[in-house]
Amino acid sequence: MNRLAVTVAGVTFRNPVITASGACGFGREYNHFYPLSRLGGISVKGMTLRPQEGNLPPRVAETPAGMLNSVGLQNPGVDAFLQDELPWLEKQDTRIIANVAGHTVEDCEEIARRIEGSAVDMIELNISCPNVKQGGAAFGTSCMAAAEVTAAVRRYTTKPLMVKLSPNVTSITEIARAVEAAGADAVSLINTLLGMRIDLRTRRPILRNNVGGLSGPAVFPIAVRMVWQVANAVKIPVVGMGGIATWQDAVEMMMAGASAVQVGAAAFSDPMAPVKIVDGLAEYCADQGIESISEIVGSVHPWE
Amino acid sequence: MLQGNCEILKREQLTETIFDVTVSAPEMAAKAKAGQFAQIRAEGFFLRRPISICEIDKAAGTLRFVFEVRGGGTEALSRLAVGEKMDLIAPLGNGFTLLPQGEVIVIGGGIGVPPMLGVALSYHGRAKAILGFRSRSAVILESDFIRTGQMPVVCTDDGSYGKAGVVTNALVEQIALRRPDLIAACGPEPMLRAVIEVARKEGIPCEVSLEQRMACGVGACLVCACRTVKNGEEHLRHVCKDGPVFPAEEVLL
Ligand SMILES: Cc1cc2nc3c(=O)[nH]c(=O)nc-3n(C[C@H](O)[C@H](O)[C@H](O)COP(=O)(O)OP(=O)(O)OC[C@H]3O[C@@H](n4cnc5c(N)ncnc54)[C@H](O)[C@@H]3O)c2cc1C
Ligand SMILES: Cc1cc2nc3c(=O)[nH]c(=O)nc-3n(C[C@H](O)[C@H](O)[C@H](O)COP(=O)(O)O)c2cc1C
Ligand code: FES
Repeated sequence: MNRLAVTVAGVTFRNPVITASGACGFGREYNHFYPLSRLGGISVKGMTLRPQEGNLPPRVAETPAGMLNSVGLQNPGVDAFLQDELPWLEKQDTRIIANVAGHTVEDCEEIARRIEGSAVDMIELNISCPNVKQGGAAFGTSCMAAAEVTAAVRRYTTKPLMVKLSPNVTSITEIARAVEAAGADAVSLINTLLGMRIDLRTRRPILRNNVGGLSGPAVFPIAVRMVWQVANAVKIPVVGMGGIATWQDAVEMMMAGASAVQVGAAAFSDPMAPVKIVDGLAEYCADQGIESISEIVGSVHPWE
Repeated sequence: MLQGNCEILKREQLTETIFDVTVSAPEMAAKAKAGQFAQIRAEGFFLRRPISICEIDKAAGTLRFVFEVRGGGTEALSRLAVGEKMDLIAPLGNGFTLLPQGEVIVIGGGIGVPPMLGVALSYHGRAKAILGFRSRSAVILESDFIRTGQMPVVCTDDGSYGKAGVVTNALVEQIALRRPDLIAACGPEPMLRAVIEVARKEGIPCEVSLEQRMACGVGACLVCACRTVKNGEEHLRHVCKDGPVFPAEEVLL
């Protein structure tokens, strides 16, 4: 028995560690450091219907224990993904999650429709990108819009549908309940937190977009809190992310209620971070006599 | 691209703010090309720092980096001592074109000088270097460039050392003396713009090395975008993967 295997919305992952969308492109680069088959899966770069260039640079600013990015969903479009990236990715023996980031409800439907017959294992509907003007967080910050786009995509796909939530909201649990009611099979969270940095000398924001999304260890406690709240608010599984850099972080996130985890920015400090987390989890299970890592999901004992 | 903890074999301070570090990295050195760079982990900072490879010694299995202390990250790197380890991802990026025959002029400005040493050395006497600095106290690597087989032309903005004035004056003179087949440059943007303009007027192919803030350094995160044109169309490409070296006619500075 593989102690690390987890099942989320009917999809079995060899281990609970998935690389987060936008941090690892379509997998080719990090495949130089380790075979992608070491991972539970990969969530690919957010895709729009047509190719998109993204925002002007600079698009990154360092912060204490993290970074801001304002890439703005630069991507080759869903057709290029299906033609140029997916055939290669299919051969890597890992689960493939397509991150769908249409500008409009119709775009999201159309992207889901084009992905329908492909080898993609799961859709992650991104209603939480803080770096684009249309779509993105505009969907993810109102219950009605979030439910509408979820229900629309639900009609066009038979694949497991995970909805990725924004932390830049007053109540993430309400949004989570809304997408659950609209037919989501799972939720993933958190996307980045909106932030800003200013160059003292020039008095200009460092990012050309003025603001951008914060990720990395700096956001970890917020992510743990939100995963815990959402896991207690919905019945569908939760995939947790935000600042995970070590296997201990992954265990903590799973105890908070995550059935699996995603790892993003940590790979920029250490390209091997995702596989070190996998190895750490395996040792943890062996040490603790845990038969299946799923045993720890939601196992936190909160104070009364 | 490889990752490794590489032992520091040599460390020198070249000026008040510039440091010169050689590490043992046989596998990386075997793969490296002049103009490529490394992503170096700086203790206490989340993001790695991109630093150009200054010199590659494949026989000795070493890489050399010359960097200026700008902020906290480069300051942390400057504190590493001989015998300590440097965590590198290298070699990254494309590097400069190396013409199998013909002659080149390599131009470096300020902290853009170090990568051009590696380029000039790989031409074994077919490269003429023009190096620009603010003033005498900022001049670095002059004696290293003598090893390239040709004397470098050193220019200072304030005339306190070598030729007075900007590198493009020396470039125009040098072209008149001996027309190169390629011009390769790294330095501040105003310098690159001026070099590109001279190359365009003279009709000489030119390549420049660009800088951008980075996260992954390997082409995965897409933060290091730069504006480029190809076939009349503008595109955002990525300094860490498509560059850092671009043909002059493709960059928008
Ligand atoms: C391909 C490439 C090659 C380079 N080669 C050299 C070299 O050989 N020698 C050298 O001295 N410098 C080089 N630089 C510049 C060097 O990367 C920066 O000076 C350094 O990152 C500054 O870090 P810091 O913490 O000292 O400064 P801070 O200003 O505190 O850095 C804050 C953040 O901004 C980033 N940043 C700041 N300035 C730059 C810059 N100019 N380019 C890219 N990122 C920046 C840092 O990496 C960090 O993420 C190169 C840059 C690039 C992109
Ligand atoms: C450079 C960068 C690009 C990102 N692009 C996307 C994206 O295209 N789609 C998406 O859903 N999330 C994107 N994200 C968010 C991450 O997937 C993740 O939710 C967030 O970074 C928090 O996790 P981390 O702290 O482990 O990075 C991006 C993050 C970064 C740092
Ligand atoms: S720094 Fe990540 S793509 Fe260039």
